[in-house]
Amino acid sequence: MAKKNKYFKASWSYDPAPESTDHIQLQKKYDLYIDGKFIKPENGKYFETINPTNDEIIAKVALAEKEDVDKAVKAARNAFKSWSKIEPKERGKYIYRIARLIQERSREFAVIESLDGGKPIRESRDIDIPLAANHFFYYAGWADKLEYAFPNRNPKPLGVTGQIIPWNFPLLMAAWKLAPALATGNTVVLKPAETTPLTALKLAEIIRDTGLPKGVVNIITGAGKTGANIVNHPDIDKISFTGSTAVGKYIQKTVAGTHKKITLELGGKSANIIFEDAAIDQAVEGIIDAIFFNQGHVCCAGSRLFIQESVADTVIQKLKDRMETLIVGDPLDKNTDIGAINSKRQLIIIENYIKIGLNEGGEIFQTDCKLPSKGNWCAPTLFLNLSQSHTIVQEEIFGPVLAIQTFRTIQEVIEKANNTPYGLAAGVWTQNGAKLFHLSQKLKAGVIWGNTFNKFDATSPFGGYKESGFGREGGLHGLKPYVKFE
Amino acid sequence: MSRLNINKTYKLYIGGKFPRTESSRYYPITNTKGDLIANMCLASRKDFRNAVVIARKVQESWVSTSALNKGQILYRIAEMLEGRKEQFIEELILQGVQKKAAQIEVSTSIDRLVYYAGWSDKYQQFFSSVNPVNSAHFNFTNLEPTGVVSIIAPENQGLLGLISVIAPAIVGGNTVIVLASQNISLSAISFSEVLNSSDVPGGVVNILTGKREELISHFASHMDVNAIIYCGTDQKDLKTVSELASNNVKRTIFYKKNDWLNSSNESPYFIEKTQEAKTTWHPVKI
Amino acid sequence: MIKDSSKVPTYDTLGVIERVNRFSKRSIKNSSKIAGLKLALSMIDLTTLEGNDTKGKVEQLCYKAMHPHDALQGLPTVAAICVYPSMVSIAKNALQGSKINVASVATAFPSGQSDLKIKLADTKFAVDQGADEIDMVISRGKFLSGDYQYVYDEIIAVKEACGKAHLKVILETGELETLDNVRKASEIAIQAGADFIKTSTGKIQPAATLPVTYVMLDTIKDHYIKTGKMIGMKPAGGISNSKTAFQYLIMLNEVLGEKWMNSKYFRFGASSLANDILMQLVKFETGFYQSANYFSKD
Repeated sequence: MAKKNKYFKASWSYDPAPESTDHIQLQKKYDLYIDGKFIKPENGKYFETINPTNDEIIAKVALAEKEDVDKAVKAARNAFKSWSKIEPKERGKYIYRIARLIQERSREFAVIESLDGGKPIRESRDIDIPLAANHFFYYAGWADKLEYAFPNRNPKPLGVTGQIIPWNFPLLMAAWKLAPALATGNTVVLKPAETTPLTALKLAEIIRDTGLPKGVVNIITGAGKTGANIVNHPDIDKISFTGSTAVGKYIQKTVAGTHKKITLELGGKSANIIFEDAAIDQAVEGIIDAIFFNQGHVCCAGSRLFIQESVADTVIQKLKDRMETLIVGDPLDKNTDIGAINSKRQLIIIENYIKIGLNEGGEIFQTDCKLPSKGNWCAPTLFLNLSQSHTIVQEEIFGPVLAIQTFRTIQEVIEKANNTPYGLAAGVWTQNGAKLFHLSQKLKAGVIWGNTFNKFDATSPFGGYKESGFGREGGLHGLKPYVKFE
Repeated sequence: MSRLNINKTYKLYIGGKFPRTESSRYYPITNTKGDLIANMCLASRKDFRNAVVIARKVQESWVSTSALNKGQILYRIAEMLEGRKEQFIEELILQGVQKKAAQIEVSTSIDRLVYYAGWSDKYQQFFSSVNPVNSAHFNFTNLEPTGVVSIIAPENQGLLGLISVIAPAIVGGNTVIVLASQNISLSAISFSEVLNSSDVPGGVVNILTGKREELISHFASHMDVNAIIYCGTDQKDLKTVSELASNNVKRTIFYKKNDWLNSSNESPYFIEKTQEAKTTWHPVKI
Repeated sequence: MIKDSSKVPTYDTLGVIERVNRFSKRSIKNSSKIAGLKLALSMIDLTTLEGNDTKGKVEQLCYKAMHPHDALQGLPTVAAICVYPSMVSIAKNALQGSKINVASVATAFPSGQSDLKIKLADTKFAVDQGADEIDMVISRGKFLSGDYQYVYDEIIAVKEACGKAHLKVILETGELETLDNVRKASEIAIQAGADFIKTSTGKIQPAATLPVTYVMLDTIKDHYIKTGKMIGMKPAGGISNSKTAFQYLIMLNEVLGEKWMNSKYFRFGASSLANDILMQLVKFETGFYQSANYFSKD
């Protein structure tokens, strides 16, 4: 049989439609934002942040070492005294200002996010930046209403929080952490990921422009060692971390026996389950969203696909067809569906998993898309002929690589879906209400997407079961990790 | 004419049965005069392991038991305890508790069970939310039990402390493996007899007696335990528990209180400690 | 006999909306835009379906069809003129010497509320007058009451009455309420022999929408996978500017692909779309944004 997916080949190729970069303002060099000022790192060291599409240096960024972390924590501790005591409604107003300023500069933020991290402008423009602004807007309103969130408990801020942000949603994750921490009266030392520090530094500019009291938010840049210095700092009361499960475990272990509280939002290997009675076409689109959104650099990516056997051939065929229409390329092009892999290091990890998948006997399918010669790219990939024991079924790849299995019965798919140390999210596709709710109850995951996938909202709590971490971000439940009770 | 008392043999409570420890070890409990009251099982890591297997096995059906039903089962425990009130008071006295204190502890224990029985079909309403997302989805968050919980029970108030940590965990659908107070362990095992006659499915609550220093690392490190509750203030213990818990990102809950009597020791927030928030999305557009 | 309609695929509306929003956000520039504009122009069924249509009005429209904008070189003509049966012979005459087809609505358009005999007579009349294409309406009342067999049989009868004329089946999706119904009606029409399926009469709101058209394209795609037979698609009503037309074309491009990217398999039922496309093309030519005053309204 001929390759069916060629039947529907698109012939009308769109000319480049790049988002203009002439309105964005980037410096050649960024310092640390501590105590309301941009200051040089103590040891004068800087590292480079690279455009993942062409390996070019975008800017140099200060490397915070132990002394700098200490300075930031001191500033935050100092600021906590007054910040925790100002009128809650005034606290809220500062956060509202942050939301508004992000909205005003949204296009600039979107472009920088795509430039620095490689994600398509369509996503940074329509998802990352608006959601980040919404998050500040949502939590701003909580600042003077905390008694209603925790009736009869007299919630109090924890103190100085150390926040460590991943590289997959740089600004959005900063918003997820900053907004509730500030609304509850904490002060912050925040570290963006080393490959994507720019939007956090632009956020520092915004924070400066809001007139937020100095030291309430300190943004320092660096790599893992800087993060470790934050985790180990004795005067920090709370660590919020989003990143890999391995590092999460390290943090949990490191703070053992101290007074530090932690929130961990870690890895995942989320199941996406397609039943025979699903709206198949939307399910296929859901698979695409689940695994190819943000190049698969998503902790809750639907990286394990389970298709009921009776529709497996149809779904896989439609999926391959759909994959062929995905446009891979320049993140700044408005028509790009899949951008660049965030870093060389991550690309090597993904490529290694693809090799493992092949070595273990998986059947690979990749689209015909042309990949640019420079930069970090990975074609949309899926693997068939897999079972639970395959490495690429078990381990988080964090890239555009989908592991497909089939199933026969509801019981079987529940067992397989739960057969993982992770428990972040799951998707269920069926038009049968009872089945959907049954699955929703049985799946051990913090987020269940019924007939949809990879949806996020400021009002919607997000976070995992099991080794995907603990604590929630978003919604009312997202306040709790930042308060203590009498 | 004097009659020789029949002394009770205190064993472990695992999976609704009363086995001896597989290790065949024991430790003596004596009264204030130094007379032997009982030889308690010195539970081993294997006893703990067995209990975890059973707790995991029954957790799924326990969580599926309706809230009303769970509430009635907790209430049933209270009824059974009320009926054997005198025995528990005597047993506490035997273990060195003053009479007045023993009476208060037992009646508070019963009331605490009734208190949590009442929360069974209410806490969910208290902690859940419908989230008004900025898209055409219906979105709600509700609580689900963390799963299998290991508990190092309070060392003092061997009955009340035990009940105060077990009740909120099980009413929320968790199954538990508890290490009872080492020195006030009689009440714990007698309480397991109450549990066993109260419609609590076997394996939902498992009670071991033994030594903290022997078992704490296993309670904290077992990869199939989802959360650990530690009652106490020992800095070394706290560190050990947190460190080992990190192996499977286990939730750690620490209670540093010494007195479980007053009403601040009961609230739905104790239930919430061993719950996970689950958020479900679904489109609503036609 | 109609195939089991209970096994028709189902759709999630929000999912479809999210999908079509992706098409709407594509950005078409430069030469691909010019190519797209010309393609869209060539796919138009230039339509007048008014009670006050006259010989003069139809003849003017036909002239416009053949000479969209003489100032611009190398323009395609539109695909067809779409009129009421009484205007078919007038249009046919006026279009002599061109390759432009005459399409006629029939079967008690737009409501379809008449007896089958009359609908067939209506159809035959239009064909006899020289119609190359017949745009029929389905009996929505029968469809919504579950009498799918009636709807199916009726289409078969009309198809037969069409003879050599191509049959476009109008589902009037604005009256079908759900996307699942759109799918079901599309399947019935295709099974009964439709050459094209068409969204709307233009007389009911909402007329063509992207989600509805998406479901119809998806039906066509599945039919092609199953049978290898290509069915055409015609969204009609409300597509009045090139920006909207592009959203449909992008969707067509990415759902059905190159084989369908021509007037043989895709049409726009529209009246004012042509002028908007012309304005865009002239803007490209001159670099100036255009005024409607410079484009003939017929």
